[in-house]
Parts: sequence; C-alpha cells; structure tokens
Amino acid sequence: MLYREAGQFKTSYAADQQLFPIRQDRMGILILLAVVFLVIPGVASEYWFSAILIPFLIFSLAALGLNILTGYAGQLSLGSAAFMAVGAYAAYNFQLRIDGIPILVSFVCAGLTAAGVGILFGLPSLWIKGFYLAVATLAAQFFIVWCLTKFPWFSNHSSSGVISAQQLIIFGYEFASPQEKYLLVLSIVVVMALAAKNMVRSSTGRAWMAVRDMDVAASVIGIRLMPTKLLAFAVSSFYCGVAGALYAFCYLGSVEPDGFSLDMSFRILFMIIIGGVGSILGSFLGAAFILLLPIFLDIALPWAAGLLGLPFSNATVSHIQVLIFGALIMFFLIVEPHGLARLWQITKEKLRLWPFPH
Amino acid sequence: MSKYRKSALTAAVSIALLSQGAFAAEEQFFPIVSYRIGPYGANGQSFFGGFVDYLNYVNLKENGINGVKITWEECETEYNNAKGIECYERMKDKAKLSTGPIHPMSTGISYALIDKTAADKIPMAMVGYGRTDAVDGSVFPYAFPLVTTYQMQASAIIRFIKEKEKGSLEGKKIVFLYHDSAYGKEPIVALQEEAKLNKFELTLIPVAHPGNEQGAQWLKIRQEKPDYVIFWGWGVMNQTAIKAAQKVGFPRDRMIGSWWAGSEEDTVPAGDAAKGYMSATWNVAGKDVPLIADIEKVVYGAGKGNLGDTSKIGTILYNRGVSAAVLSVEAIRKAQEKYGEGKAMSGEQVRWGLENLNITDARLKEIGATNLLPEIKTSCDNHEGSGKIKIQQWDGEKWVVVSDWIEGNKTLIHPLFKISAQQYAKEKGITPRDCAKEM
Amino acid sequence: MQFFLEVLINGLLSGVMYALVALGFVLVYKASGVFNFAQGAMVYLAALSVVSCMEKGAPLWLAIILAFIIMTLFGIATEKFVLRKLVNQPPITLFMATIGLAFFIEGLAPIMFGSEPRALDLGIVDEPIAAILDSWDMVISKFDLVAAGVAALLVTTLALFFQYTRIGRALRAVADDHQAALSIGIPLQHIWAIVWGIAGFVALVAGMMWGARNGVQFALTFTALKALPVLIIGGFTSVPGAIVGGLIIGASEKLAEIYLPPVMQSMFGGNFGGIEGWFPYVLALFFLLVRPEGLFGEKHIDRV
Repeated sequence: MLYREAGQFKTSYAADQQLFPIRQDRMGILILLAVVFLVIPGVASEYWFSAILIPFLIFSLAALGLNILTGYAGQLSLGSAAFMAVGAYAAYNFQLRIDGIPILVSFVCAGLTAAGVGILFGLPSLWIKGFYLAVATLAAQFFIVWCLTKFPWFSNHSSSGVISAQQLIIFGYEFASPQEKYLLVLSIVVVMALAAKNMVRSSTGRAWMAVRDMDVAASVIGIRLMPTKLLAFAVSSFYCGVAGALYAFCYLGSVEPDGFSLDMSFRILFMIIIGGVGSILGSFLGAAFILLLPIFLDIALPWAAGLLGLPFSNATVSHIQVLIFGALIMFFLIVEPHGLARLWQITKEKLRLWPFPH
Repeated sequence: MSKYRKSALTAAVSIALLSQGAFAAEEQFFPIVSYRIGPYGANGQSFFGGFVDYLNYVNLKENGINGVKITWEECETEYNNAKGIECYERMKDKAKLSTGPIHPMSTGISYALIDKTAADKIPMAMVGYGRTDAVDGSVFPYAFPLVTTYQMQASAIIRFIKEKEKGSLEGKKIVFLYHDSAYGKEPIVALQEEAKLNKFELTLIPVAHPGNEQGAQWLKIRQEKPDYVIFWGWGVMNQTAIKAAQKVGFPRDRMIGSWWAGSEEDTVPAGDAAKGYMSATWNVAGKDVPLIADIEKVVYGAGKGNLGDTSKIGTILYNRGVSAAVLSVEAIRKAQEKYGEGKAMSGEQVRWGLENLNITDARLKEIGATNLLPEIKTSCDNHEGSGKIKIQQWDGEKWVVVSDWIEGNKTLIHPLFKISAQQYAKEKGITPRDCAKEM
Repeated sequence: MQFFLEVLINGLLSGVMYALVALGFVLVYKASGVFNFAQGAMVYLAALSVVSCMEKGAPLWLAIILAFIIMTLFGIATEKFVLRKLVNQPPITLFMATIGLAFFIEGLAPIMFGSEPRALDLGIVDEPIAAILDSWDMVISKFDLVAAGVAALLVTTLALFFQYTRIGRALRAVADDHQAALSIGIPLQHIWAIVWGIAGFVALVAGMMWGARNGVQFALTFTALKALPVLIIGGFTSVPGAIVGGLIIGASEKLAEIYLPPVMQSMFGGNFGGIEGWFPYVLALFFLLVRPEGLFGEKHIDRV
C-alpha cells in the first residue's frame, strides 16, 4: 500500500531510465537529503559531528569503493586502507607542492593518484582470483604503507613520518568547525554515491556484474576482461583515495602511515559484508553498524555491569566488548548472510502489500 | 496513585536532589582515554591501573585536591587513533568545565589530538612519548611532553654508555635497533648529533611492525659486532629482541632499551634470556616507595583498587601510571594556588599549573614519592621540565636501578626541538607566544 | 659466503615456524573449503591455555593434554554453532564468519586466562649450539632445530593419519568432493568437527613453539600474517606445499632483509630496512605470476 509502484506509468525513456524510477524512492531520497543537509546541522552536537557523523560518512565512502570492487566486480580486496593512505598523502603533497591549488582539485587528484596505484595492484587480478587475489592485495596493503614510511619525501621530511593536514579553504572560505566539515564531507559523499549508483547500472556496471558472476562466461559473451577488471580497481581506488584524503583533512587532521593498518582494511570489509555485498545502500548501513556498535557497547556494557552489580574490572569489560563484537558478526552472518541491505529489501516488499496482505 | 508508585516517585525525586547536591560540591573531572585490550593491552592495564589508583588514593586519603573531589570517566581506545579521537570528543564537553590533563599513552593518538586539545583549551600531557618538539611551549601551549623526551632519553643513554666506557666513545660501534614508526624514528636525529659529537659509529636497523620476527636483524648485528645496541621497541618486539639476542649470543648487558622497552611485561615473557638486559626509565619500580605501599594499603584496603591482578602493583608501568597521576594532581594543586584553593580548575588553569610545575625532591618526599621520579621544573619555553632518566637492569626477578639520574645533553638536543616547532608553526600558521612575557 | 650460509640456514629454520601456522590453514581449507582467518587467534588461545594450566600447577605434559581438550571442544563448538549454520553460503561469507570468530577468541581467551604476557618454558634454551659456533663460527639455535624436528614429526603424523586411518581416508574423500563423500555415506558434520579438532591441535603445536620463542601474548595472533604468503606459494590445499612454502618464504625473507636494503640505499639514499612486512607478499605475488594456484595447489578448471 505504502510502497506500491502500480499506477506509476513511464511515458518517456528518460522517465524509465531515471536513477530512482519509483516515486516513493524519489521522495524518500529527497526527504533524507533535506534531513541530512538542513536538519542535522542544526540539531547535532559537536560530538556527533566529529566523532560519529564525519567518520561514518568517510567510511561509507571507502566501503562504497570496496563494494564496487568486491560487490559488483567480484574481486576481493584486503588493501582498501592502503589506498586511503595513498589518497591522504597525495592530497597533502598536492597542497604542499603546488602553490594555490584549490583543495577540491587536490582531492580529485588524490583520488586519481590512488586510482593509478589501484590499477597497478589490480594487475594480478588478471590471472589470479578468489582468496589468492585477496592475499595478493595484502601485498598492496603492506608495501604501500612501507613506502610512505620509508621515503621521507612523502611526509615532507618530517622526522616522525606524521603529516598534518593543511587548512581547508574553498573559495576563500575556511571550513574549520566540525559542522562545516560535516557539510563538506556530506556534499562530496552524496555526489559520489549518486555517481556510483548511476555507474553500476550503466553498461560498465553490468559488465562488472557479469565478470563477478563468472568471468569465463563474461569473456565468452564479448566482455573484455582486462579493461573491465582494471576499471573496477581504478574506480574503487578512486573512491578509497578520496575517502583517505577526507579522513586526513576533515577527520583526524594528522595521520601517520601506520594508522592505515590492515585492521582498518578489515573493518571496511566488515562494513560491506554486514551491510550487503553489491549494494550502494549496504555500504552506508554497514559503515553505520560497524562504527556505532563498538561505541554503543563501550557505553552500554559498563552501564549494564554497574547496574547488575557485576564485579568486572575495566579490562574485562573491554574484552567482553571484543567478544560480543565477534559474536554479533557471526550472528548476523548466520541470520542474514546477505547483509542489512537485504533486510531493507524485505521490508520494502512487505510494505508493498502492507497493511493489506493477501 | 498506588503506594508503590508514590514511593518510587519519592525515591526518584530524592535521587535527583541528591545528585544535584553532589554536583554543587566542587569536582575535578579527569577524562581518561585508556587502552586495556589489544596487542598493548597488558601495558595499558598496568599504567592506567596505577593512574586511577592514585586518583582514588587522593580522594580517600585527602578527600580530593584541597577538598575538590576527583571524578573521572574512562574510554577504551584500543591504541587506535580513530577510536582515541572518538573517546576524546565524547568526553570533551564534560572536560570543558574542569579537567585534568589527558594522558593518551600513545604517540599516534597524541599526534591526532594535538590541534584539537589546543583549540578546546584542554591540556594534554605526553609523559615520555608523543610529539617531542612540544617542549617548545611557545608553539604548543597545551601540549606537555613532561619529564623527558625520546631525544633527551637517547642522549642520556649515550652519556651512560660513555661513563661506562670511561669517558670516551671514540671508535666505538653502536647499533640503533628501532620500531619502524613515528615512535622509533624520533630519536634518530639526536643519536646522529651525538655520533658526530662523540665520534662513534652509528648503525640504524629498523624492524617492521609488529616485530615478532627479527632473525635477520640480529644476524646483521652479529656481523657488525657492535659494542652496544640501543633499542627502541614496543610490545611483542621487545621480548622478541631479547630472545633473538640470546639466539645469536649477543650479551644482554650490552643492550639498552628505551623506557617503553623496560617493563616487567617485556622481560618476564622472555624468561631467562632477559637477565642482564638494561633499559632507561623515568620512574623506579618496586613497592619500597612509601607512596606505592600506601596506595596498596589505602585504596586496595578500601576495596576500590582498579587492578584485577594485584601482583602488578609496584611494577614499572604501574608506578609510571602513579607518577603520571602525581604530575597531574600536582599541576592542579599549583593551579589552585593561583586561581583559588578548593575550586575545580578549568583546562586553561590546569595548563598554567602544568607550565609552572616545580616539584622538588622535598615535595616528592612529602607525598611519599621519594625518588619515584626526578625533580621537575617547567616553564613556557621548557615543557619538558627535567630530561633525566635512570638506567635499570633486569636481574631475572625484578628491575634494579644501576645509575643515578642522568640528564641528556640539553644544549645539543633542545635547539633541535626549537627548529622543528618553528617549522610546525609556519606550516600551521601559528604565531608563537612570547615566552618572556609569560613569567 | 659463510655469512650468507648462516642467514640462509637461519631463514630456513624460521620458515619452519611459519609453516607450522600455515599447516592449520591448509587442513581446514582442504577439508571444508573455509579460509579460516581465526587460525592466528587459535594459536593464541592454545598457547594461553597451556601456560595457564602450567601456572595452576600442572606439569607440561598434562597442560598439553588439557589444552588439546580445550582446543578440540572449541573446534567442535565452532563447527556446531557457526559453520553448520552457514553451509552453502559463498566462501566470502564463511571467511567473514571466521574473522568474527577471531574477534570472539581474542575477547574470550584473556577473560578465561588473563592477558598479561607470560613466558612459556619448554625446557629448551634458545641458544646457539656451541660446537657449531666454535668450529664454523656459525649461529644455529638449538631451539630452532627442535622446532624443525617437531614440524617434521607433525607432518609425518598427519600424513600417516590421512593415509592409513579410516577417519583419515574419509577426510581425504571429503576434501576431494563433498557431495560424492556424502553420497557414499560419510557423515560430513562429524568429519568437519574432526578437522577443526585437528586444526586446533596444529594451532596448539604452533602456539607452543611461537610462545616459547617470543612469549605468550596477544601478538601471537599476528603469526597468521606470516602464514598467508606461505599459503599462496604452497597452495591452499597442500600439506607439503605449506612446508616448502614456509622454507622458501623464511629463507628469502631473511636474505632479502640482509642484502636488499643496502642496494636500495645506494639507489635512493635513506634507510630501507624492515622490509619483512611486505617482502613475502610481493614474493608470493611473483610466484602467482608463474603458477596461479601456488606450487602444489590443485589446478582449477572453470566450466561455463
């Protein structure tokens, strides 16, 4: 009832091919955009901006990047954090070394640099697949971080290898407060998410999915594997690279190569699997889940332990958090292996008939 | 309204009133960003155990700092920079009213917080780690690398070796084996300067994170046959290095670690291999310090101890946590002297306290911390305040102090900080304060 | 030349240590197609249980038996509560589940046994053998030789077990083809429980060796990272592959750490040591150029 597409007739190709063909979806997206752009900046506290919303958006973008590669093109990667590192260091160096380069341009250049590196490390995907490829992408993870540590040029010869991001100035306006940074990150993420949504339904996206489902069959029907796979690596790394630049400039402010650890790559992988492999929405849901769950446990567990009067030391509480985190991941996989996005799909199907099911 | 409901309502009202009453009394809040799990969790447990125990001790023994009760909140960072930021942001609002210095106990987190703390006017203490050029307080008003820094420590270790070698290092060979990260790379500049000055040969050998495999590095060391190995490790890298030294037959009493490589957590897992191994430290171990013994009696006697495992009391890192808390509390005391005794201090006021610390041996004796840590006197252009360390040696059971307080070569090292801080100020567009006016 | 030999031998010996961890991965992958990322965490759990049992006063042999029981129970529980429910899911989902399992263990083990780093004393001193040191001036550690012996024993036992016991044959049948094994009446779930038990046993051996070498602590979970390139080179499904892969990685990694940085230094200036983090992975990548299934892996044939 609420979510019924019956009666919505498409009278032109343009209408049939639009990004959100169903009216309810369009309205939903518009309302969502209005909320995140207009309402949230007014009501959220500084803590929400700088500790939850900004990292959430940045990790969603990185997860989106990985989802393009893994979810749509079927190439498992464990090196996303390294491509974020490339983006962060590239943006820093573009700002540092080219006088007067606008910050947004250097973000784009950072993404392009990451894309280039991504293509390089995507080459092995042409002859290996599956877990062999996943472990091969670990080479990218370790090698890139090592390079950034070893060549002092990347960090402008700072003795510790740590870089401090420059000020964010766009058209003479400085984005300094968490709120302004949030709006900047949000705008970039929205544009890139819509672009991704558009891309995956284009011929490129369909080629990716064909390769994912079976690359031999895809090549038989005339999809050229090399450009398709490498393009997936490039686009994915571009997204990760921009996310990395935002991570350095809008979130942490100063980063060191070691911060982009394997651990972070894994977290991004968690996000897409919990959220839904091969779903744009899933990247966002997964990022929210993986980021918020530990914070929630961090607050809830000591409270619960105190309430029940359990004599837990702080260390035990922290360990229980890790344990529950692991258990919940397994639980979610068992209950819904296709991720949170699948739950949303089921809800939509229910809503189609609700409140009058057969 | 039923009887039960009524009583519940009264209870709720009285709780509300009570909590309001408690709020009216002055409270000094401490935001604690700690870590007790993950690869470095064991180290964090001892350190933050000591830290919280001392705060509790002050509350129990003296009813707070001049009557101001200490409260705190803890947040787990897992030694992860992003989580550190989240924790900081979570506690920041509370810390705006009154705050003790933040101790992130992680070089990475302290780097990530350095701009934020300055903007929010919350002081950050990096006792023996973190951004070392923050010694120059004119550029970093809110960051305090208290007691000593990596560079000063390296320089002091060189001085110790020099004394051992009867005053000359000429022609000696020293290997610097380090964790390949910001932490391990900081002292290199200082060592290179020292090498020039003292004419010894310095070889740098990095170890990749996490450092649980060092076979190649130690074979190289065996081939080089150095007189000493100075060692900057952390976590599993420490035990592995000690074990690997045994494996290639390098004498452990010629290995000197940094203070992150010199705790029970590092030597106990290495077993007998660690016997004779030396390390730097800025605080001593043991329960024979009166303060530590008293904390065990008062805090654990009252059942308010923070450690699950009381055998950690008196270990190096536990005592270090206590020392860090002593510094924080003393800074607040100092601030109260200026801004009003018996009042909660804001971040700005505590910052002043940290910058005007003057902890003498007499004062340390007063609080029972005789010789626990060196004397400290900070100022605007010296946020370090001491630069002294002791060298300790593992005898197979416990750490034994084998030297007096040794000061690094200040005239050599401090100008390096100045240069680095100026560069940072230029990059960030900070106008340094004029320290002459701060007196 | 003599130094080269010394590095080579020591590298081969540490390769044995990598192979010990890699073996656990291979066993599980071979029998159930699960890439078990929790193997590192299992190594940690196993070593911790041995140490804690010894702390409680048990002699070494008893501690090992107790730890073995713990690991077996754990393996069976994993199969029963997690993997059985994920049958027929894509491999990536199973892989994710084992990452969740790794977190679970990393939280559980310290709650059960405490988290402070501890020493594990097996009674073998990790010192150079004096005779070799004196006559050839070469460092070869007693402990490493023992570890190599243990690894050889382990592989022989596993080989015999797979070759000559009923369960072993059933395991091989399952590894070849799940469906065919099921159809001739091999109880798949029992077999998987046994495989996880064996993986627990291998983790126990690896945990004791690594624990005695570097101390028992959280960082034992990182040993998994050393095993992954070994897997690529040896192939995910081959027991001898794990051993050979381990030897190749160990030797080349040590030689590279000694001889490569000076070359790079002369090219770029600066200090380039500490390449052990990525070198094995890049090496493994080059192996994949030649053999995409690893040295001993089974050739994968795609059917459309």
